[in-house]
Amino acid sequence: MDNKATASADHGVAAVSLRGITKTFGTVVANDHVDLDIRKGEVLALLGENGSGKTTLMNMLSGIYYPDEGQIFINGEEVSIQSPKDAFRYGIGMIHQHFKLVDVFTATENIILGLEEKGRLDRAAASKRIREICNTYGFQVDPDKTIYEMSVSQKQTVEIVKALYRGADILILDEPTAVLTPQETDRLFAVLRNMRADGKAIIIITHKLHEVQALSDRVAVLRKGAYIGEMMTKDTNPQEMTNMMVGHAVTLNIDRPEPKDPKPRIEIKGLTVTSPDGILQLDHVYFDIRAGEILGVAGISGSGQKELLESIAGLQRVESGQILYVKDDGKKEDLVGKDPLEIQHMGVALSFVPEDRLGMGLVANMDLSDNMMLRSFRDGRSVFTDRKHPHDLAEKVVEELEVNTPNVSTPVRRLSGGNVQKVLVGREIASAPKVLLTAYAVRGLDINSSYTIYDLLNKQKEKGVAVVYVGEDLDVLLELADRIVVLCGGRVSGIVDGRTADKNEVGMLMTRLGGIDREKQEEVQDLAE
Amino acid sequence: MFDIVAFIPRMVAQSIPLMFGSTGETITQKSGNLNLGIPGVMYVGAISGVIGAFLYERACGSADAMNGALTILIPLCACLLGSLLMGLLYCVLTVTLRANQNVTGLAMTTFGVGFGNFFGGSLIKLTGADVPSIALSATSNAFRTSLPFGQSLGAFGKIFFSYGFLAYFAIIVSLAAAYVLRRTRVGLHLRAVGESPATADAAGINITKYKYFATCLGCMIAGLGGLYYVMDYANGVWSNDAFGDRGWLAIALVIFTIWRPDIGVLSSFLFGGLYILYLYIPTGMNLAVKELYKMLPYIVTIIVLIITSMRNKRENQPPASLGQSYFREER
Repeated sequence: MDNKATASADHGVAAVSLRGITKTFGTVVANDHVDLDIRKGEVLALLGENGSGKTTLMNMLSGIYYPDEGQIFINGEEVSIQSPKDAFRYGIGMIHQHFKLVDVFTATENIILGLEEKGRLDRAAASKRIREICNTYGFQVDPDKTIYEMSVSQKQTVEIVKALYRGADILILDEPTAVLTPQETDRLFAVLRNMRADGKAIIIITHKLHEVQALSDRVAVLRKGAYIGEMMTKDTNPQEMTNMMVGHAVTLNIDRPEPKDPKPRIEIKGLTVTSPDGILQLDHVYFDIRAGEILGVAGISGSGQKELLESIAGLQRVESGQILYVKDDGKKEDLVGKDPLEIQHMGVALSFVPEDRLGMGLVANMDLSDNMMLRSFRDGRSVFTDRKHPHDLAEKVVEELEVNTPNVSTPVRRLSGGNVQKVLVGREIASAPKVLLTAYAVRGLDINSSYTIYDLLNKQKEKGVAVVYVGEDLDVLLELADRIVVLCGGRVSGIVDGRTADKNEVGMLMTRLGGIDREKQEEVQDLAE
Repeated sequence: MFDIVAFIPRMVAQSIPLMFGSTGETITQKSGNLNLGIPGVMYVGAISGVIGAFLYERACGSADAMNGALTILIPLCACLLGSLLMGLLYCVLTVTLRANQNVTGLAMTTFGVGFGNFFGGSLIKLTGADVPSIALSATSNAFRTSLPFGQSLGAFGKIFFSYGFLAYFAIIVSLAAAYVLRRTRVGLHLRAVGESPATADAAGINITKYKYFATCLGCMIAGLGGLYYVMDYANGVWSNDAFGDRGWLAIALVIFTIWRPDIGVLSSFLFGGLYILYLYIPTGMNLAVKELYKMLPYIVTIIVLIITSMRNKRENQPPASLGQSYFREER
């Protein structure tokens, strides 16, 4: 094989070269003869839909998986990476999408974990070295803080410092911005640019094309496990990148039909929720949810989104305040104190997609039709459950939402993330709700599947359903939602119009410390009306 | 009158099997293995030691013909070997074959108790004695040898120097385990394996190695608790089922000590004391009251379980992956 130098002849030797990498899981081909070069002092964006094999490919570089076929060259020399330890030795550090940190350890303990240095364990010396690394690249992290006390962005910083502490000069980041606010993303990119200037090779996996444009020098695209092509970032545009990823032309605009005759469906007045250990989760929240529109909820994760939806669905103990459900005839009924079943029968449906996608709403080991039954098993008069209707419903959902599954008796855990989410959202929509609460419905989904979900939500909106969409991606919220409620630390820090608001404004509201006080909150509410 | 000088040595003697058991189980649990087979392991440790001592005593014929070092070493090695095999069995099943840890542990306890009683019964048959027990007095004397100057120190000597070497060893092992877990690199790695194996794996730590090592070491330490019970506490007398429920109490102690072997030393003393308190509280002729006092360790365990489950500091929680198998390529 003498092609190792040719691909990057004009840039010197590539930091990493992959040649003919193939990896199969059972009968599924995750990577099919992939060739890829990563150079020093550049940021490479790796693009592809869910299941296109990006993470698998990178896991082979970081020693989690071992390729079935193919060669890996580091600085021109062929290497065999059989374990994460080997990866460190070759200077490869990977920041996984789900952080690999021990919650009850301090940052320092996590960073030195697994290192076999001589002598006794000296935490103080390690902390000092970590502080030096932080100063070099502009990180802000306290080495002695415990991980569970940290914010998501601090945890991510610890992960990056961990890689650098091990002397990594090839850094792989798997969807690093999925959980960050715009401001935190900017800070991360600034640090990555510093590292690029320092001569490190950086690979970033992301679904957000504007970030690709903002940060990367070069783009490589994978589709269904195969390498499709690469181009310089400055010579391409989002449309071209998307077409390459999907394999055919797609439109990149999210529809936002004008709401037809929106009228209040749920009025939330002074809602206050405290967690069992006494922490305020929602603090006198006021806003309303209107029929026939999509209400976006923005906020850093953990700002009270979950508590808000659960309060409406009756799953959360409410400290004080009212949640008034406005019936079609204009009469109001307080949902606080009602049990979840009663609320469900009034037409409130909740689909919450947690981080692991399966934690809420679906039972992983049960098949599609049994999962449909979770909503309907109480129906009917006989002691036996009705299996026919759930089965039909499952088939309908599979057909209409194009769920990719062998059949409806496949356990849900065998489906890929996007398909699981379609099943969950599909079931909730099938109950013909008056209010549809969705949280993170497109979490981790690729562009194509995401658009299917947006279309579903828009269809519900046109039917006059009040849709609440809790999202992570501000760009999507700004394109999809009619109004956006911004939560910050359990308070409403602003309600903006999705058509006129800009990203920075929402980003600022998400992080505004202290929020605004109670009287102001009511004013904001009045202004929004 | 409550006789504290007589009470403390008995309390300590009672607490040593618990200390070995809970320290061994703590080390095991720190690797993420919930070994409910500890009661069985302690039985196997005890009977292995008894078999070793029995065969050696028989081979020598009389106590005079026995070599001092071998008298200690043979039962000790037999005990460690028996416990190690139990540890290996548990690891092969749960780590390599990824069997359910609870089921495996419970099966091992049933197996260990049966194993102990079967061989105990066989040995009793061999001796042809009328009483259903074996007395290994020569071996027991060697295990119970205490420091010679202890006797001359009066009450002080009785409280601090009246024990066999295994008692001091238990305390040393517990304190050493606490130090290793908290202060050393190996301890850090072990805790990481129990908290989050995926993280430890990505950091280049060999999960299988740590799980095997911690579980086998934990079983060997726990097995010593069984040996101490027969050779020292019971004066070398093995009778079936005499060890009782101490193994379960040792597992309860792990939770009580919030996975810290140094606290384990003190709480073993406490539980040992509660276990025999009924003998020292004057109850007169009313035996029913005595029975109520015997309940004390279990009542305290229940109260402690209630308190620990209400406590919500993250550091005091069980290792996060306790009871779960780890498989790298599972998603």
